[in-house]
Amino acid sequence: MTGNRRKKAEKTMKSLFFIIATASVAVLGMIMIFLFMEGLPIFKEVSVKNFLFGKYWYPTSDPPDFGIFPLIIASISVTGVSAVMAIPLGVMTAVYLAELASKRVAEIVKPMVELLAALPSVVIGFFGMVVVAPFLQDIFDMPTGLNLFNASLMLAFMSIPTICSISEDAIYSVPNALREGSLALGATQWETIIRVVLPASISGISTAVILGMSRAIGETMVVLMVAGGAAMIPGSIFDPVRPMPASIAAEMAEAPFRGEHYYALFATGIVLFLFTLFFNVIADFISNRYRQVGEASL
Amino acid sequence: MKIRNLVIAGVAAVMMLAGGVAGAEDLVIKGSTTVLPIAQEVAEAYMKENPNVNISISGGGSGNGIKAIIDGTTDIGNSSRFIKGKEVKLALEKGAYPVPFRVAYDAIIPVVHPSNSLNDLTLEQLKAIYEGKTKNWKEIGGPDKTIVVISRDTSSGTYEVWESKVMNKGRVFPGALLQASNGAVAQAVAKNDNAVGYIGLGYINDDVKAVTVGGVVGSKETTLNGTFPISRPLFMFTTGWPEGKTVDFLNYLLHPDKGQKFIEKIGFVPLY
Repeated sequence: MTGNRRKKAEKTMKSLFFIIATASVAVLGMIMIFLFMEGLPIFKEVSVKNFLFGKYWYPTSDPPDFGIFPLIIASISVTGVSAVMAIPLGVMTAVYLAELASKRVAEIVKPMVELLAALPSVVIGFFGMVVVAPFLQDIFDMPTGLNLFNASLMLAFMSIPTICSISEDAIYSVPNALREGSLALGATQWETIIRVVLPASISGISTAVILGMSRAIGETMVVLMVAGGAAMIPGSIFDPVRPMPASIAAEMAEAPFRGEHYYALFATGIVLFLFTLFFNVIADFISNRYRQVGEASL
Repeated sequence: MKIRNLVIAGVAAVMMLAGGVAGAEDLVIKGSTTVLPIAQEVAEAYMKENPNVNISISGGGSGNGIKAIIDGTTDIGNSSRFIKGKEVKLALEKGAYPVPFRVAYDAIIPVVHPSNSLNDLTLEQLKAIYEGKTKNWKEIGGPDKTIVVISRDTSSGTYEVWESKVMNKGRVFPGALLQASNGAVAQAVAKNDNAVGYIGLGYINDDVKAVTVGGVVGSKETTLNGTFPISRPLFMFTTGWPEGKTVDFLNYLLHPDKGQKFIEKIGFVPLY
């Protein structure tokens, strides 16, 4: 009798957890279906080519123009420039924390870097808007401090914690025998880090970088506040731009429900979704493909 | 046994809920997103005083508000423009007689940084700036600095006024910066010596300098007497002369000490 009850409880628990697990996947699936259902109708009005490569975004004009090319370029350039700033900083901080810092220092610095990730994006955006933008204007005599460079800098702040903490875990998990072997062969600590530790943890670092970038490309509040929001193809990194999430956030609230503009914004969401999906697939691919298995494979 | 009790309790709860809803009086408001905050703010206060009235509000744009009045799917249709001749004709064909109520005014004021020496811009100058034709302050009598043009997201009511009253069918050039709210525009202009922007009258503060338009100061008085060019009245429409809860709500909204006192708070110009 008791055995039966225990079996029953076991079964119930198992199905309960199954339901919870499938629920989150199902919700994700439904959001995706919804996204496509609300976005695809725009392609009855405008061809995919004109939507993706059209240079003018005037969704409420008469006749409207639905070209998101400047928005795509803005997203890519903001993410790219922020990667240039965040990757060296993030990875080097990780190397320092995992390899060079004393345990005490690491114990203080690592939580602090991770605390950066806890800063709400609206706070970072506000900082960029009221502190960094006037500073850039005054120092570099730019017409406006709300531009691609400022947005990239703020996004770099946001992706550094992700890049740093995942990279640090990857570097930390490189087997000690590798380091010891390298040092025993007469390599210096510098050579060991560059030639042995980093190559051994490259898959983890790449994953970190890509996850950091996918956070940057999807980030909304910061780019809405500091990127300037001009829907044009930037001529320099000090020009204002309007990345896709900023456009969606600024316009969605008042776009007529199920109107062309509404569909166009959802279609922009689809493009954004494909970008982040692409990033995540790459991250997954790299972490599987180049996984360091044991010590023998190096 | 337990399950049956639960079902009975559930059915009873649903019946009570349904009864409660049926007892309340419903008022439906639809239309312009510009008028939406007015409707929301006032409806909230009204429902507090009249807890038995249930007001449901949705946006959808002025066109949809007026269409809903014609089709009879709403009690009040919000619109940021007057009804068009075509719409009146359609309404009369369907036997609906639309009645307009002016509920507030929308006045949009061009603003610059307080350090800017310019005090006045004409509509033509503003249009040229926003079309990207005038690129430097010195072209219109200011210092030799690039003009940083700040505009609003194209779906906002503020942009709509600017587009119809200033741009006059022209397009705001793609290089204009975008901010998503009146407050954000004020903030951005306050932080930039070279900027020009436009905000609702209620959002003017000491950090920005309001510019006169063709010599007319944008204020409550000039808006109400019609001399300030970048302004428009906002409307609520009903089908036929309103009755019951609808007229009660509109009276509340138009009352100088009740509904109208919220208008200024959310950035519009009240009628009195």
